[in-house]
Amino acid sequence: MSARARLLLALGAVAALALPLVLPSNYAVNVAVMILFSAFLGQAWNIAGGFAGQTSFGHVVFFGTGAYASTILHATWGWNPWLAWPMAALAGGAVGLGIGALAFRAGLRGSYFALVTLAFAEVFRILANSAEFTRGGLGILIKADARAANFQFRDPAWFYYVALALVAASLAIAWWLRRSRFGAQLAAIRENEDAARALGIDVLRAKTLCMGISGAMAGAGGTFYAQKYLYIDPTIAFGVEKSVEMLLVSMIGGAGTVFGPLVGAVALGFVGEATRALTSAQGLGLVVYGIILVAIVARLPDGLIGLFARRAARRGGRDA
Amino acid sequence: MPSFDILLAGIVNGLAAGAVYVLVAVGLTLIYGVLHIVNFAHGSLLMLAMYATYFLFAKAGVDPYAALPVVAGGAFALGYVLYRGVVGRFAHGKDENILLITLGLSIVIDNLALFLFTGDTQTIDVAHAQRMVEFGPLFLPRAKVIAFAAALAICAALGLWMARSDTGKAIRAVAKERQGARLVGIDVDHVFAVSYGIGIACLGAAACLLMPSFYVSPSSGHAFVLIAFTTVVLGGMGSFPGALAGGFAIGVIESLGGLLLGEQLGQIGISLAFILVLLLRPTGLFGARR
Amino acid sequence: MLEVRGLTRAFGGLKAVDGVDLDVPEGAIVGLIGPNGAGKTTCFAAIAGFVKPDAGSVRFAGADVTGREPHVVARAGMVRTFQITQPFARLSVRENVMVGAWLRHARRAEAEAAAERVARAVGMGAMLDMRAGDLTVAGRKRLELARALATAPRLLLLDEVMAGLNPTEVAEIVGVVRSIRDGGVTILLIEHVMQAVVSLAEQVHVLNQGRIIARGTPAAIAADPAVVEAYLGHGAAARLAGGGGGG
Repeated sequence: MSARARLLLALGAVAALALPLVLPSNYAVNVAVMILFSAFLGQAWNIAGGFAGQTSFGHVVFFGTGAYASTILHATWGWNPWLAWPMAALAGGAVGLGIGALAFRAGLRGSYFALVTLAFAEVFRILANSAEFTRGGLGILIKADARAANFQFRDPAWFYYVALALVAASLAIAWWLRRSRFGAQLAAIRENEDAARALGIDVLRAKTLCMGISGAMAGAGGTFYAQKYLYIDPTIAFGVEKSVEMLLVSMIGGAGTVFGPLVGAVALGFVGEATRALTSAQGLGLVVYGIILVAIVARLPDGLIGLFARRAARRGGRDA
Repeated sequence: MPSFDILLAGIVNGLAAGAVYVLVAVGLTLIYGVLHIVNFAHGSLLMLAMYATYFLFAKAGVDPYAALPVVAGGAFALGYVLYRGVVGRFAHGKDENILLITLGLSIVIDNLALFLFTGDTQTIDVAHAQRMVEFGPLFLPRAKVIAFAAALAICAALGLWMARSDTGKAIRAVAKERQGARLVGIDVDHVFAVSYGIGIACLGAAACLLMPSFYVSPSSGHAFVLIAFTTVVLGGMGSFPGALAGGFAIGVIESLGGLLLGEQLGQIGISLAFILVLLLRPTGLFGARR
Repeated sequence: MLEVRGLTRAFGGLKAVDGVDLDVPEGAIVGLIGPNGAGKTTCFAAIAGFVKPDAGSVRFAGADVTGREPHVVARAGMVRTFQITQPFARLSVRENVMVGAWLRHARRAEAEAAAERVARAVGMGAMLDMRAGDLTVAGRKRLELARALATAPRLLLLDEVMAGLNPTEVAEIVGVVRSIRDGGVTILLIEHVMQAVVSLAEQVHVLNQGRIIARGTPAAIAADPAVVEAYLGHGAAARLAGGGGGG
């Protein structure tokens, strides 16, 4: 990494750490928390959709699995939520491996893969809606008991720092992917599966493993959400909205890049707040997001990161 | 295990609903067969057409069955414009791109509906359609009988038109051999736009047939998109007999699912059918072998 | 190194490959030629595992690899290139070749060094940072070669690696292929460009309509009437013979 990039990263880290101290209100801090959380979930999607090129429309299934796993362990079985948290990641990962193995073994790609993930999410939603242990449509309430040891904080700044840690971890994972053999395999698979095979890559294994990692990350995100909002139900856990958000954040920021989801989350966060300031009616923000998605796919396939990269390259060219 | 009578009623109800699904599927499979694109916006556009039907009835007192040609015509126009303006530009690039474009379109439509119409569920009460019709041991609401008959009639008419009319022949030519069609002077882009328009017009017709028995809300798009795709995938992408078989099959699966598993769990039948078809026989019952 | 016996593969009712026997001795350069549609690429696909043969066997370095998955075959050391190039378009040339190198090197620095070495050997040293999708046809062909080479194969299946190149480029690549073989890699190549076949191949097998119709040195098969007929049509050999010798 260049010296300039290192400096930017360091400055960014310092700014991120100091942010809650500078923001004027709890509302603002909560917005920041949601942006970071969105960036984390987006990175989870990015592992599968961006790096490996496996566009999924049903990624919420991993999020919801994790959310229910830790919440049931905590609220019904009395586990400490910090201990339940890794279980959620494991659950998300297992579902990731399962769905990946089934879908990829059947040779599903592109649109078919996207649709089958959507169908899986829908199956989970309906099951969660009818099952006893998930309390069906009623959902599960976590008793409010704001202690750090209980993974609940009165001051949203603490949730901010946990989210920041998650984002940092996700950036590290993405960074590792960019540099590692496994990441190169995923990139090859994304670009051309047959050529990847011809070069000795076990495509099925790599794709499945990638879904496992992605699922584990999203599952971990589920616990965070549950502990912050203290309530989950089948629609929150398995509804399409989260899938769309994860995809949007990555695509708009720059799929397949390390910082794409973060950039996308920040951009969409600002759009969301701007539309919320304009009108209290729901939906306008997502309308804008949808238009941006179309524009990005049409004009800027590398997302906002691609835009910055192109500008930097042009500027570099002129200076040279 | 429910009695035979109840099962029979379930199957018949399923077939009645299935007819409308056939109409929805025909549109989707036409778009795929001619344009080779997976129109993810299909559910959202159906939802939009249903809102149009609702408003025509609620604000202007127009009977949905009378409104059918208008809604279908308007849907055709919308589809044509959407193709020319948005979809068409990306339809011939990567498979991924068109999926994301139509996803973006569905996001915009769903949330525009949410923004303009709020999240409330809307229904219409068409008095004459609620009356029951007797069919031997069974009673069916008129709305379902009309929907069944009309959907099949429209499909038959469309099939005939595709076979006999010049435009229909052009569409079939383009579907089979794009370059060749261009070489003989067919305006391929226009044909694409018309095909997309017809696909959406089918949704317009389906909306008018659905509204008397159903409800609409901005989230209806999601529910329909999975049903539409399950139908088409079951029958085979691009296959008309497949759309017919798939539509009825899904209607019956949905109905029997609700009967045997209850209202909530019953919906799982469709998603499970979709997953099973994709995992076991992705080309569908009638589709070409890959 | 490679023993193919009775390889058969049909599509629908048509036998694309019909009872093909083929031997490639270690360290040799062997050519597989034939008119368009003869089944050459299908042969490669069946040998390398991309298509499962209906009948027959493939033995590579003494082991039976018939019908194994392509990545297993590649890991064993038999690597194919594609007739229609398949670059990893959005990656750089360096990253492309590294995908091959990663098969044999676990650490990034080693893989990168190996990739650069191979790229230079193939003449792509100046293009390492170029986006693969921006390469010319000649560049892509070289990239196919470099990528496959980076996996440190024992046997390279080269599918029309000269197609679309001008005579100067062909001569260059011929040199590169020869030096690859001199470095210890066995080569089986499908080729239409006769200049390359004649310069490189020690042994040539001629495929027509899925069957081997002739084997021998390039000179021998050029004179074989069956081969002439395969390329020029029925009766062509007789016509040519009757038309007179020199001039």
